Amino acid sequence: MYQFEYHKPTSLAEALGLLAEDADAKLLAGGQTLIPTLRQRLVSPSALIDLAGVPELTGIGRSGELLSIGAMSRYAEIIESPMVRAIIPSLSRTVEVVGDPLVRNRGTIGGSLANNDPTADLTAAVLALDATVVTDRRSISADAFFVDLFETALEPGEILVRIEFPRPSRSAYIKFRNPASRYALVGVFVAEVAGRVRVAVTGAGPKVFRELMFEEALQRKFSPEAVKDLEVSASGLSSDLHASAEYRANLISVLARRAVSAALNEPSHGI
Amino acid sequence: MPDVTITVNGQRETRAVETRTLLVHFLREQLRLTGTHVGCDTSQCGACVVHLDGRSVKSCTILAVQADGAEVTTIEGIGTEEKLHPMQEAFRQHHGLQCGFCTPGMIMRAIDLVDRDPDADEKTVRHQLEGNFCRCTGYQNIVAAILAGAIAMRNQT
Repeated sequence: MYQFEYHKPTSLAEALGLLAEDADAKLLAGGQTLIPTLRQRLVSPSALIDLAGVPELTGIGRSGELLSIGAMSRYAEIIESPMVRAIIPSLSRTVEVVGDPLVRNRGTIGGSLANNDPTADLTAAVLALDATVVTDRRSISADAFFVDLFETALEPGEILVRIEFPRPSRSAYIKFRNPASRYALVGVFVAEVAGRVRVAVTGAGPKVFRELMFEEALQRKFSPEAVKDLEVSASGLSSDLHASAEYRANLISVLARRAVSAALNEPSHGI
Repeated sequence: MPDVTITVNGQRETRAVETRTLLVHFLREQLRLTGTHVGCDTSQCGACVVHLDGRSVKSCTILAVQADGAEVTTIEGIGTEEKLHPMQEAFRQHHGLQCGFCTPGMIMRAIDLVDRDPDADEKTVRHQLEGNFCRCTGYQNIVAAILAGAIAMRNQT
């Protein structure tokens, strides 16, 4: 690792000030991606601004009909939250398949979203559930947040504060896991929110995306049969040593069917 | 270099560290607690697992400065040579190791998972060990040891 300065602000205002002063500083959330990246010397920030002491970024709660999760909520906290499990059980189950239990004890939802890894799980949940990303200065819809490979709508100097999820009427996430990395080779999150079906696919392309053909079919009839005969084009999908684009295209169909079945079998959303 | 104060195995330790010092290197090189191992250097293997404020974490993926003010328990802090922790004793009885390199991380992870889920069944134990690699045993005796250790820990309290 290269040398860097370390700051641990105790308020959002202080964190924003530190970030504004130093264009080469990086925010440190759970560190489960950033620290391995630093160790490989793939990044060399001038300073790390550790967000672990910023109270505005913590806490899980309800605001009206929305479930609000602070950006610095660690995966383990989200899994253990009875409120998350009661309002959006599929979100609890998605977080349960992120990384491994040790990673889940440190990693944060905000860190994952800001990193926008093309094979992350939470990105699919946020996009399918039509969540809103709230920063220090604005609200960003999930559709606008994920811009490109490892790129989000966050501007330099902007800090992700919390994520607000509407309650879906039904939803499920199915992940086909790369057994070595534990990232999604492909993952499909299906949700029905405010009467609209949304299908988000992670792992298959340069960033998480919606599969509109599936959404239209499921909007007409929410059943596995509705998407059975739909073929996904491999064009634009990722192809690497783990899987070809054609393999990933086929997985999207298979996992979408399974996710719809799982969503239909899910116990009704409580509270 | 900033000073950090970390309570390690019940003892407050204050040392000057570089900001880039990893917790595992703080433990091994500055405190000479070499029971915590570095297995992979890529945050994958779990040989470096310690408890940070009561949760099992990879000490190679945390900076020492991040642990300032925290409580850390390492493999050295759970038992003595005369009286092993019940989970250590279970690993011995069930031969839950071959070369032993992954064992400290396995035991620290096992204690945390049993603390949180005392009735964990075999499937749960295997699932909860996903972050700990053993390249010798095929995990069979490790899982047997953890299931036995869980019973021993229950009986102890």
